[in-house]
Amino acid sequence: MKTRKLLAAPYIVWMCIFTVIPLGIVVYYAFTDSITGALTLSNITGIASYTGIFLKSIWLALISCAICLIIGFPTAHFIATRPKESTQKLLYMLIMLPMCISFLLRTLAWVALLDDTGIINNAIRLLGMKPLPLVRNNGAVVLGMVYNYLPYMILPLYSVIVKIDHRLVEAAEDLGANHGQVFRHVILPLSVPGIISGFTMVFVPAVSTFYISQKLGSSGTTLIGDVIESQFKTAYNPNLGAAMSLVLMIMVFACVAIMNRFSDGEAEVIM
Amino acid sequence: MKKIIVFAITLALAFSLVPNAALAAEKSVTVYNWGQYISDGSEGYIDVNKAFTEATGIKVNYVTFDSNETLYSKLKAGGESIDVIIPSDYMIARMISEDMLLPLDFSNIPNYDTIDDAYRNTTFDPENLYSVPYTWGTVGIIYNSKYVDEEDVGSWDLLWNAKYADKILMFDNPRDAFAVTENLLGYSLNTEVEDELRACTYKLVEQKPLVQNYVMDQIYDKMIREEAWIAPYYAGDYLMMVEDNEDLEFCFPEEGFNLFIDAMCIPDCCTNKENAEAYINFLCSPEISGQNLEYLGYSVPSEAAKEFMDPEVTESDIAYPDEETLSRGEAFINLSTEANQLMDSLWLEVKTEGGIELTPIIGISVCVLAAIVLLARRSIVTKRRKANRCKKWRTN
Repeated sequence: MKTRKLLAAPYIVWMCIFTVIPLGIVVYYAFTDSITGALTLSNITGIASYTGIFLKSIWLALISCAICLIIGFPTAHFIATRPKESTQKLLYMLIMLPMCISFLLRTLAWVALLDDTGIINNAIRLLGMKPLPLVRNNGAVVLGMVYNYLPYMILPLYSVIVKIDHRLVEAAEDLGANHGQVFRHVILPLSVPGIISGFTMVFVPAVSTFYISQKLGSSGTTLIGDVIESQFKTAYNPNLGAAMSLVLMIMVFACVAIMNRFSDGEAEVIM
Repeated sequence: MKKIIVFAITLALAFSLVPNAALAAEKSVTVYNWGQYISDGSEGYIDVNKAFTEATGIKVNYVTFDSNETLYSKLKAGGESIDVIIPSDYMIARMISEDMLLPLDFSNIPNYDTIDDAYRNTTFDPENLYSVPYTWGTVGIIYNSKYVDEEDVGSWDLLWNAKYADKILMFDNPRDAFAVTENLLGYSLNTEVEDELRACTYKLVEQKPLVQNYVMDQIYDKMIREEAWIAPYYAGDYLMMVEDNEDLEFCFPEEGFNLFIDAMCIPDCCTNKENAEAYINFLCSPEISGQNLEYLGYSVPSEAAKEFMDPEVTESDIAYPDEETLSRGEAFINLSTEANQLMDSLWLEVKTEGGIELTPIIGISVCVLAAIVLLARRSIVTKRRKANRCKKWRTN
């Protein structure tokens, strides 16, 4: 027991230095004034004027999560049900592959594709048609988020689905369940933990994203991540930035907590 | 004991990630400059940093920023050692007033003598203690003559012309963006009057639906590829862009424009002051300065350097406008802390303006409601099943 505790020591030290202390600093900044350094609540109350942007960020993140789930679930199910393990491994690797390239580059590649003078619109123009408004709208931002965060949805789903005992599916079929019923009463309830961790892993980076909205969005698609970035990068008001981060963090925790309620006692429901 | 060893190993690992202090002592200089603001050896021009290393043996760590405000934030955040910075006039004044710069030792910078008198004793550094001019220039409108009618050009209101909606770019920093509206509305570029700044904010909000995006260095790519047609930017950068797209034109707006000087300074986080001074001295030697600025397109603050430049460049009336045009220019001075803060918060208002949209509210409420309903249903189902199970036990 003692050695086990010791093995955890490096991680605990790491956690303290790089998670707990920075969090403390964020809280400290959030409640102090940027000039005088006195304790104040004005940073937190000032956030009220950014409600619209907060809501928009959460909304776009939710849409991205939903789309990721709709695309990701069949994909994960398809990979997990390949009979040969080598095929599974190959497909799994193909999902991972884009993640080897920096996500900044991948986003820029989308810009090159979608721009008014980009590859797609140039091709459309060559065919003699009117160019489409593909970029600088909410849709493009959601596209960027879905593209970048889709693997985070597929991978946890895959690892859960692959562990589902196939005999349960066979048993359901023996008892006369059709495909739809098998999915609804066996596969879906058993993959809830995967859905939840996938949802969390997509939602958290999506709600705080800033680069994607700057590149694929326009002057009107500013998200909360952009505002926080600007407070640290150009406006030099880390106190307001810290307050926003804190509020965002609490909102994310709330969302994750609600999500986790779904996995509580899951086994109970299935049995 | 074991704990101590583990802790020691962790620490050792942690510190091995930090660049070795001994290595840093090897002759080097860290330079923090604007993006696209030095001749880097492309298109057959001089590679200034390489030439410096060859001449002196001092290695150059070169990092870039995209606005004065970014530079300021980075220095304020601290924790880094930067030896040479090249901010603009008003930012130099702000840094001097906040004791962020070190006075230069001009005996190490003999080439300072070649700088023209017009660029000495400037308003931002009246006693010539902290800065050595690097370039000067103007802000104007860059537009693409293929798409923009010549008759619409001439005034800053081109940036508010709804005909070109979604093809207009705008500065992504408060000082330059406000300067455009201050010119348009006829205010001083250094106004601290709250009503005037608020009027500018309204003007910027009014412009927002027409703006494709707020950008700095990305302007190059967007203008050259014709993704955008109109942008306010620095004249020197226009001269660089026009080499890649001949349809681009430049205009000095009739209402006036900003006239700026960018100068080299040493911030107080400098660790290699002598190397930094050697670098500054190297950059203002006429030969290097001439070759460097021939590539950059910005205007050179020293007559001596012009001898090393292509006469075609020095005769350009965009880099070196005539007296009449220059008289419309106005330089920035540092604003008071309050005015700076007001401008920052107004700028944030501009960028986040848009009100509360209905769709997210409805969407999020629906999601929350759905989650509650699902959870409630599930807990009822679970309870019922438990109850049923108990019933079975009882009958058994």
